[in-house]
Amino acid sequence: MTDTGKKMLEIRWHGRGGQGAVTASKVLAESAMSLGKQIQAFPEYGSERQGAPVKAFTRIADQRIRQHNQVTEPDVVIVLDPTLLDAVDVTEGLMENGTLIINTESSPAEIRQQMGLKGRTLYTVDATGISLRNLGKAIPNTPMIGALVGAMKLLDPKLVAEDFRVKFQGKFKDEIIEGNVQSILDASKEVRAE
Amino acid sequence: MPEQLALTGNEAVAHAMRQINPDVVAAYPITPQTSMMQKFADFVADGLVDSELVLVESEHSAMSATVGSQASGARSMTATAACGLALMWEILGIASAYRLPIVMPVVNRALSGPINIQGDHSDSMGTRDCGWIHIFSENAQEAYENTIMAMRIAEHPDVLTPAMVCLDGFIISHGVESVTIYKDNLVKKFVGEYQPHYTLLDAKHPITLGAMDFSDFYFEHKVSQLDGYNNSHSVILDVGSEFKKTFGGGECYEFFEAHKMDDAEYAVVVLGSTAGSTRMVVDDLRAQGVKAGMLKIRVFRPFPYEEIARLLAPLKGCAVLDRSIAYGGDGGPVHIEVRSALYGQSPVPVMLNYIYGLGGKPIEPEHIHSAFKDIQEAVATGNVKRRVGYLNLTE
Repeated sequence: MTDTGKKMLEIRWHGRGGQGAVTASKVLAESAMSLGKQIQAFPEYGSERQGAPVKAFTRIADQRIRQHNQVTEPDVVIVLDPTLLDAVDVTEGLMENGTLIINTESSPAEIRQQMGLKGRTLYTVDATGISLRNLGKAIPNTPMIGALVGAMKLLDPKLVAEDFRVKFQGKFKDEIIEGNVQSILDASKEVRAE
Repeated sequence: MPEQLALTGNEAVAHAMRQINPDVVAAYPITPQTSMMQKFADFVADGLVDSELVLVESEHSAMSATVGSQASGARSMTATAACGLALMWEILGIASAYRLPIVMPVVNRALSGPINIQGDHSDSMGTRDCGWIHIFSENAQEAYENTIMAMRIAEHPDVLTPAMVCLDGFIISHGVESVTIYKDNLVKKFVGEYQPHYTLLDAKHPITLGAMDFSDFYFEHKVSQLDGYNNSHSVILDVGSEFKKTFGGGECYEFFEAHKMDDAEYAVVVLGSTAGSTRMVVDDLRAQGVKAGMLKIRVFRPFPYEEIARLLAPLKGCAVLDRSIAYGGDGGPVHIEVRSALYGQSPVPVMLNYIYGLGGKPIEPEHIHSAFKDIQEAVATGNVKRRVGYLNLTE
């Protein structure tokens, strides 16, 4: 298999400006790189505004990633804000066998019905609740990283959490780092399959 | 051990600048260059470089300050993009005429108007004839490495010509990739100390810069600038091969990368980040039995005419991709050079030109596939429907 084949995982992040979708795309890529993978992470290039829908992308592969085209057919779509489900077609380009992970209090069955979703593998996780519990703030991006690696068995959540701790040591207060670490671990366990 | 970091292209170039540790850096922010200088300013604030960071009020001033300090004998850098580069235009020619080996990363971006902050090559192509060396980078790793190599090329006593290191705006400048950052001491050793031969502050050997130069010698001085370009040919190759030997990198260290060109019948010629997807398309076509190839041009100035002619002349067909328009000219600037390179060759390939990606318009593998399909069709039928076309243009 070449570095351009489907041994590469392509992830699209949907969020609203300020929720940390772009940061999440990069933090996940950095963790994957620390764990020996090849990576790319990039935002949708445009003018960002607080609260406006934003997209970001992560590519993870075993071989070097050389292409610089857009991600049009993602394997995984992650939605940081449930209100986007009514505003954006989050399933655009997502194949029948693709995976959708949504930050919501609702169950996968409820969301499937609400979206009228056909096919795809659906997970939900209350990332906002997890963030409020661990950080006292609604910052759903790190829990969504935990939900992704937990649901997809992509990387070991403990190693991802530890990598986060090492990377951000000295950049944030200890309690912020520990809150994020706990959020990653909690979400990796609390993510709900159908 | 070299360090593997997840960096944007801008951060990777800022690391190159940190390792180069220039005496003076003049900076004025412009998207998408800004985050490069922010990162470099972090290095200054953290005491990781000794550079005097001069915050100026415009790009015209940034280049003027860089010219002034370089002329005084200090290794000087700046970086810019788009309209910022356009505003520097006047001083670019002065830097090259004074033979000041300034290295400047250029984060390629569309020119206004209409206003657009995304990537294309219109900015650096607008400075094509300003007497600078132009080196294009496919990815963040190349942007980092080219910045280091450009120092050695520009400062070589036989060259003494300023150099731009071009990287595609946003696609490379703001995308995170795995980048290998080589050891500081090895890079510093490779770059070496700047030893200017003529400086304004050398009181024992006074020189004049910026003198009046009328019809007696202006022409002669302008022609003498070509010496630097001519000499840079072998220096670019020598520095590239020394870099590869020293650091063991796996990027492009020559004038261009010829991907699967040995027995190719059809090829696409490309600059910058689009080479990544083009290489993928070539590999797909090869798997289908099409003898496809890619020529990725790394050094656009000086343009490697002879080498490119040798490589392209045997092809059946060739498409040149241009991320800018040469208004009123024959398509795009790369196409014009490639056609010129092939003059006098016999036979010559069927040649098509495609303008693409202006103002960040996406270029997908399907578009590159369509270019290959068009060339094959033109060769098969002997009929060129459209000499200059467009990829992903809404018509």
